Amino acid sequence: MARTAEKKSTFQDLILTLQNFWAAKGCLILQPYDDQMGAGTFHPATTLRALGPRPWRAAYVQPSRRPKDGRYGENPNRLQHYYQFQVIMKPAPADIQDLYLESVRAIGLDPALHDIRFVEDDWESPTLGAWGLGWEVWCDGMEISQFTYFQQVGGIDCDPVSAEITYGLERLAMYVQNVEFVYDLAFNEDFRYGEVFHQAEQEFSAYNFEMADTEILFQHFKDAEKQCRDLVSGNKKLALPAYDQCIKASHAFNLLDARGVISVTERAAYIARVRALAKACCEAWLATPMGDYKPRYG
Amino acid sequence: MADLLVELFSEEIPARMQEQAARDLERLVVGALSDRGLLFEGATTFAGPRRLTLALIGLPMRQPDVSEEKKGPRVTASAKAIDGFLRSAGVSLAQCEKRDDGKGEFYVAIVERKGRATADVLAEVLPDCFAKLPWPKSMRWPQAGNAPVRWVRPLHAIVCTFDGEVVPLTFAGIASGKRTRGHRFLAKGEIEVRRFADYVKKLRDAHVVLDGAERKEIILHDVKNKAFALGLELIEDQGLLEEVAGLAEWPVALLGTIEPQFMDLPSEILQTAMRRHQKYFSLRDTKTGKFANRFALVANMVTADGGAQIVSGNERVLRARLADAKFFWDQDRKRSLASRVDDLKNVVFHAKLGTQYERVLRIEQLAGEIAEKIGADVERARRAARLCKADLTTGIVGEFPELQGVMGGYYAEHDGEDDDVAIAVVEHYGPLGRDLTSENSVTNAVALADKWDLISKFFKIGEKPTGSGDPFAIRRAALGVIKIVLDRKYRLRLSQLPDYSDEILSFLADRLKVALREGGVRHDLIDAVFALSHDDDLVRLVARVEALQAFLKSEDGANLLAGYKRAANIVRIEEKKDGRSYDGEPDPELLSAAEEKALFMDLAVGRGLIAAELERERFAEAMRAMARLRGPVDTFFDKVTVNITDTALRANRLRLLSHLRQTLHTVADFSKVEG
Repeated sequence: MARTAEKKSTFQDLILTLQNFWAAKGCLILQPYDDQMGAGTFHPATTLRALGPRPWRAAYVQPSRRPKDGRYGENPNRLQHYYQFQVIMKPAPADIQDLYLESVRAIGLDPALHDIRFVEDDWESPTLGAWGLGWEVWCDGMEISQFTYFQQVGGIDCDPVSAEITYGLERLAMYVQNVEFVYDLAFNEDFRYGEVFHQAEQEFSAYNFEMADTEILFQHFKDAEKQCRDLVSGNKKLALPAYDQCIKASHAFNLLDARGVISVTERAAYIARVRALAKACCEAWLATPMGDYKPRYG
Repeated sequence: MADLLVELFSEEIPARMQEQAARDLERLVVGALSDRGLLFEGATTFAGPRRLTLALIGLPMRQPDVSEEKKGPRVTASAKAIDGFLRSAGVSLAQCEKRDDGKGEFYVAIVERKGRATADVLAEVLPDCFAKLPWPKSMRWPQAGNAPVRWVRPLHAIVCTFDGEVVPLTFAGIASGKRTRGHRFLAKGEIEVRRFADYVKKLRDAHVVLDGAERKEIILHDVKNKAFALGLELIEDQGLLEEVAGLAEWPVALLGTIEPQFMDLPSEILQTAMRRHQKYFSLRDTKTGKFANRFALVANMVTADGGAQIVSGNERVLRARLADAKFFWDQDRKRSLASRVDDLKNVVFHAKLGTQYERVLRIEQLAGEIAEKIGADVERARRAARLCKADLTTGIVGEFPELQGVMGGYYAEHDGEDDDVAIAVVEHYGPLGRDLTSENSVTNAVALADKWDLISKFFKIGEKPTGSGDPFAIRRAALGVIKIVLDRKYRLRLSQLPDYSDEILSFLADRLKVALREGGVRHDLIDAVFALSHDDDLVRLVARVEALQAFLKSEDGANLLAGYKRAANIVRIEEKKDGRSYDGEPDPELLSAAEEKALFMDLAVGRGLIAAELERERFAEAMRAMARLRGPVDTFFDKVTVNITDTALRANRLRLLSHLRQTLHTVADFSKVEG
């Protein structure tokens, strides 16, 4: 199965290339958010900054936790912890598709040799009350990015509209390095991805599916929900700390879901509870100086 | 005369929306122009991943001039009234004519309106047409001048020329021009176009096949040729063809290979994985019909290496997909299907209707009862029903929900279940679409139980299909019940099934009209028969309707219907007039004319005969018995006057007619028969 990577581009080269590329396009290069979250979209630099009238351009790597996707380190491409590279540009530049394709060239995929397509895929996050229209970008039949024009976040219209681009870094690197098994990726010249993360995948899979204490997690969820509500109730507009609590509640829910203790009907109810928190945080954010918002759409 | 060319050039339009958008664009523009007196010789539209195009041929250069007449007040009217009229018509008195309508003279204003230049009209109406395109989903994006236009994806350019010249207009912050772009990767820079013919040619030079129909032909032709060279043929898939033709401006078919390690997966898994996730066509061996280890992909690119990297990239992706599928397939077979039934306790079917497990218990019970009634093997039907939903908990069905049933069949076979049981697990979701119903009675028992449970339970909790919505596909289930029962001639008394209600029966009778429409069965006759019999045996109901329809086609039938309508009309009118009913037996003593005596006798005999034939379900014979009444009825109306002065005789004759009506109503409610 394993094949040595013939290309020089390592996993970290890929990250550095994307960072340099988007930095040159005027994006802030931020660092990962220090909370556990399911996707780069949850980073307040996307969720909150997509709202309100102020221009915003940022790019960052975000470790993404998907407890249910744990496979004890045995699946060739499924991970419960992986990296997303996230770009958010507000307002969306008119040539954003071209910018994106330039970034694809920069990481070593020449569109003249491959078949690159924009295939309809509308994005929706029920937990964030967010949706947008866009595509998944295919390279030779493989999805290498998600491309979305944000329409709503927290149930609130985005105005101006942002463009969000998400690269699944491991998958992209596997393609560029021609590797079949994610743990065989060259992280740099000396270390394999497996050396960095294989044990973590094994341990966290066991934690996610078997060991996580559901009593404690249910309590975490309740606590985070309560604290979040407190921070945005009345005249308190502590949108950022409140949003941290929303992220924590969402992750607690994802873990409970992985532990299989949430039934189908309860599931919808939990998602609605997280969404209500996200909405409250987004509304609070708009009342802060950095979120200052003047509605244009009724 | 001149031609119009419009192209809306945007970011990638979802494949599934393209054709409808082209049709809508044509409809909107044609409507707006004809409203303004602008007719043309021909219209064509095209849609693709990045452009919507409309070409109108033979438009006049100007709108026609119109002259309108407006009728004004009489010449004798007050000055104020006349002034008011002139003002509203925008003319002077000198521009008015006097006309005489025989009652005196009045003014007529002749209003001349000059037609405007077509280009001006186009500039005015087109942006509105673009804005009105009804996309299934539309979006906002940052637009120049903050134009608040919603469209399917961001728009980048608008070509709009009339007679080769740009029609200046602005939409979504974009000014029209004559520049567009070719293929995203295979063409460089912009191209300039003036007329449709050079537009098509320049696009082709820039690697864009404008016409979706031509793209489909290219794809089919390429795939078939490449497959043929390997002794293979395409497994046709119209839906997939439409989709891939909407994903490429320059379609190039390429063949890839499925690794041998995956070839022992069921072909349904291979085909579904390739179609759903990757949009590949499946192929089969022309001679043996065996599923081939090659697939066809449609790229939007010509590369220097002849597509080698594209093929190998796609093969890698497919390998990962199939490795996943194979993992599930192997995992799934480690447990028996029977052992999964208990897992259904964790699968909610509907909040008010409990779990899939509870549903399976109901279907199991019901399938046994139905099997007994239709002569199917009871034990096999119960076993199949018990297993029929168990595959919902398998990995493959989790990944590919459309393989429900099919996978259950494979797993049942693997577990060594009886053949009939495995077949019923696969087929119990049917019949779907135009499929024939199964010949397997075990299948049909389970299919009927599954559908009846769905229909009756949702009716019970008040979740009935409405005009706009049928989220639980209850109509489809009803159609399934009807098809199975009628195709297989199952004599099932629906009222004996659990949770039966008259409402369900009426709903089924309604669906029956839809189901039989294609076979030319008249919906009014279904109403006529159902209204009186409320027959819960659909086979008998339909036999009766068909006999009635044949009867009404005959001369006797048509005449008897006319006689019935006449009798029913008279009775209805007189009952209303007299404020009383004429139901009840006519008094033989009061019959005077020979023709009414004859009708009375024939009705007495006929009624008994009809009842006897209906009882024995000899519907054609019942109709024949009814046909014999035609002569006496016609003669009666020829010779006998109903509304006579003798009130006793009149009342008796009305009772006789009412009696005729009732007799015919033992067959059907003829008042519901149209014509």
